[in-house]
Amino acid sequence: MTVTPLKEVVDIVNEEGGEILKLCYQCGTCTVVCPWNKVRSFIVRRIMHQGQLGLIDFEAEDIWLCATCNNCVKRCPRGVEIIDVMRALRRAITELGIAKVPDSLRITVKNISAIGNPLGEPAENRANWARDLNVKLHTQETEILYFPCCIPEYDPSVQRVARAAVNILKKAGVDFGILGSKANCCGESVRKAGDENLFQQLAQNNISTFAETRVKKVVVSSPHCYHTFKNEYPKLGGNFEVVHFSQYLVDLIKQGRLNFAKEVNKKVAYHDPCYLGRHNDIYDEPREVLKSIPGLELVELPYYRENSLCCGGGGGRIWMETKRDERFSDMRIEQAVDIGGSVLAVACPYCLLNFADSVLTLDKGDIIEVKSISELVQEAL
Amino acid sequence: MGSEPRIGVYICHCGSNIAGTVDVKEVTGFARSLDAVVVARNYVFMCSDPGQEVIRNDIRDFGLNRVVVAACSPTMHELTFRHVLEEAGVNPYLFEMANIREQCSWVTEDGRMATEKARALVGAATKRVYYHQPLETRKVPFNPNTLIIGGGIAGIQAALEIANSENKVYLVERSPSIGGHMIQLDKTFPTLDCSACILTPKMTQVGSHPYIELMSYSEVEEVSGYIGNFKVKIREKARYVDADKCNSCGVCQEKCPWKVDSEFDVGMGKRKAIYIPFPQAVPNIPVIDREHCVYFLKGTCRACEKFCEVKAIDFEQEDKLVEVEVGSVILTTGFDVLDPTPMYQYGYKQLDNVVTSLEFERLVNAAGPTGGNIVLKDGSTPQSIAIVHCVGSRDKNYHEYCSRVCCMYALKYAHLIKEKTNADVYQYYIDMRCFGKGYEEFYERLSEEGVNFIRGKVGEVTDQALSEEEKGKLVVVAEDTLLGSIIRVPVDMVILCVAMEPQPDVEAVARLFTISRSVDGFFLEKHPKLDPVATTTDGIFVAGCCQGPKDIPDTVAQASAAAARILALISTGEVEIEAATAVIDERICSGCQLCSVICAYNAISFDEEKNVCRVNEALCKGCGACVGGCPSEAITGRHFTTGQILAEIEGILI
Repeated sequence: MTVTPLKEVVDIVNEEGGEILKLCYQCGTCTVVCPWNKVRSFIVRRIMHQGQLGLIDFEAEDIWLCATCNNCVKRCPRGVEIIDVMRALRRAITELGIAKVPDSLRITVKNISAIGNPLGEPAENRANWARDLNVKLHTQETEILYFPCCIPEYDPSVQRVARAAVNILKKAGVDFGILGSKANCCGESVRKAGDENLFQQLAQNNISTFAETRVKKVVVSSPHCYHTFKNEYPKLGGNFEVVHFSQYLVDLIKQGRLNFAKEVNKKVAYHDPCYLGRHNDIYDEPREVLKSIPGLELVELPYYRENSLCCGGGGGRIWMETKRDERFSDMRIEQAVDIGGSVLAVACPYCLLNFADSVLTLDKGDIIEVKSISELVQEAL
Repeated sequence: MGSEPRIGVYICHCGSNIAGTVDVKEVTGFARSLDAVVVARNYVFMCSDPGQEVIRNDIRDFGLNRVVVAACSPTMHELTFRHVLEEAGVNPYLFEMANIREQCSWVTEDGRMATEKARALVGAATKRVYYHQPLETRKVPFNPNTLIIGGGIAGIQAALEIANSENKVYLVERSPSIGGHMIQLDKTFPTLDCSACILTPKMTQVGSHPYIELMSYSEVEEVSGYIGNFKVKIREKARYVDADKCNSCGVCQEKCPWKVDSEFDVGMGKRKAIYIPFPQAVPNIPVIDREHCVYFLKGTCRACEKFCEVKAIDFEQEDKLVEVEVGSVILTTGFDVLDPTPMYQYGYKQLDNVVTSLEFERLVNAAGPTGGNIVLKDGSTPQSIAIVHCVGSRDKNYHEYCSRVCCMYALKYAHLIKEKTNADVYQYYIDMRCFGKGYEEFYERLSEEGVNFIRGKVGEVTDQALSEEEKGKLVVVAEDTLLGSIIRVPVDMVILCVAMEPQPDVEAVARLFTISRSVDGFFLEKHPKLDPVATTTDGIFVAGCCQGPKDIPDTVAQASAAAARILALISTGEVEIEAATAVIDERICSGCQLCSVICAYNAISFDEEKNVCRVNEALCKGCGACVGGCPSEAITGRHFTTGQILAEIEGILI
């Protein structure tokens, strides 16, 4: 084992929540509830103890595994902020160069740093998804800013999420706009991946962009954007109301602004995304939306609400390679199929990417499809 | 008191506790420079005999009539020094204490700052004591009767201790019988003697004791008064059975056709709508449960009445309100067990054969619903059982504290399981806490008996099998932290060692008796080490698990301690009451009665004839709330007069 004599490492760990790490009494709850242990061994508790003693093995692959799903933090009997510790260890590697950052992550972070999005696409192409939809840019007079997240904006297979959202907003007569090419990655996953400096830059860029058109209320499609806008940006001076699309849909339905004209006769399983559920305690609104769709039968997965199974995409994992037989998303698809779901409904673009990929690789495309809540609502309009 | 104030100031080193940080010489010199100070000294331990002697000598030699001691907290030694003054012939209230330990030397390592603050506090105390006036403490008679609330082992023990000295005890119990949680238990650790066998003799004694008035199926509704003289209103709930006529034959419960879950068997067994909770109940008188009795619900049945030969059933019976007068109260209201239903990870109430510790006590008890056979829901005998420690204890999401008894009863369960079934036992623990007499030895004994110990908190109990051998089993998943790997153990039964928690109505009871609670929700003792049975309200004592989780030996010890404290009060026959009370100037009082609304001790009454308020000095705690609240400034807090407080502030600012 590598003994770390680096004082800087200890400082970073302390700064990022290492103080509370001392409270860990080594019960192993974090290890048991960590989804990795359903597919391979990942002894979270041991990392905490190594952290307590300052004996971290920075070369180990383990440091990059954590998908920041928050299950361990929620269940930890001593209130240790395990994600903050993981983030600190990654930060030590990124900032001090004491070990290697996985290639795919390194390239993605470089893309974000250079042009503001993980896919490395030109900034001016950001609004291409909406070219034929006649969406206006957000101005000082616009009520709502719709912020779809880089993935639905650039990834052709996920653009349907943003397009459905726009169609719904239009049908409901909402006064909204988008940022177009001026948007940047929100930085949430960048921060979890350990690049604190880049996160700070991205946040500052977004905060000043929002300030230009005096954004008061943002509707987001990604729980990751939601999380950082809601819980991290305020500390950096970004103060605006943040609403997840599923919450906004509940409001629209309650106000009678959406009229369901068609039935969606499908058995739908809803998957709680970690960043909507465990990180922000939003469990009911997505279910309310689904239940209000005529004809739709909502069924619950075996691991749901607080105990939801992570798709594997948080903490920067969405940009890292996960071995074929170690994908949580594969297990989730199996679970959804087992309970007879014909649709797995999601509320997060990362979940959508991972699950859609699993459906393909598992060759289950004829049994189950993965859809965002906004798509299902759109079908009923 | 006409003479000019002559003040002596004494600075204590408290060994190095104070002198290690505060420059005591400098503070002494400063004190010497203050108005009316005749002598100022410092000494290594002012509270010691020679230290006290210094003060006594100075009072004599210098004719001191005021004293300031700068030392520790007044809660430690104010009484010590007041006593010194009294012995030297000076009124004890002509004394003031400056706390330069807890408030100076112990809160900083910066000697300069500590010394500066010590100077300010000594200055304040010296200025203040200048305006002190002599006060007289008074004594009132102490009512030798005692009220004990809660008839578990703590209440039973305390009641017997006091009653055996031929002093009257009212023992109030909410449920139909005394016995508490202890009577529900099977064997007791570490000696494995049967709980009922050691408790029922004591219960019987309580039931027949000439000095104990047992008020079962009763609850306290109102409390007024003060130490030595409490008045308490108690509601005796209607049993619908005439206790004088009933001969405890049990025919009524035999004939009653209506079954409900038994509280005594924590839902593991059934009882009737008219029932005696368990065979050894004291009193052995049945109760009709109105909520389940069909006569009360629908107006027909009365089977019990038909079969009762002594005509003891009385559907017309009503609750009775009884008022008693007592000198002191012991709260022995016990604990509740945590309901693990919301903890989805353990599968309680979702999966069969996941039981709580209390349920297991009933299951394993020879007088329990299975006759003591450890059986699964389908009646078969388990081949393997997991015992999960710390369910809701030592967990920030539920209770941060350790419930202190679970490790030990978990070991006891392992022994009973081994004795009765030969099943494999897996103990899932975080730390084994075997601190009591004979406890570690018991742990060793169980290790010999072949119990498996797994160090790790259980993350999940599931019926989702991953292999052939897991099918049809409860799979317990944990990290064995000593192996550093996840282990899945398929078992037939899971016992959850659930946390002990405060009773659901603990807050209301605390308010009723104006006592405080600690952050964990249990009743707060006056001092965690030196006064563990008293509370912040004089005359109200606590014992047993209502003060915090504890085992039977500790509970009994605490109950006996509370009884001893009360017997000491009874033997003096009178009680000294606070001299620093509030006084209302009736010439200024407008009779608005705001003060009586503010007063937390019901110490202020209204004289309708004179249209003024008046303070009952026996009830007044001298808290000063009324003084601040009086819009006419008609109330003075003795020992906290405006002049004294302003002088103190002036002293700080010197």
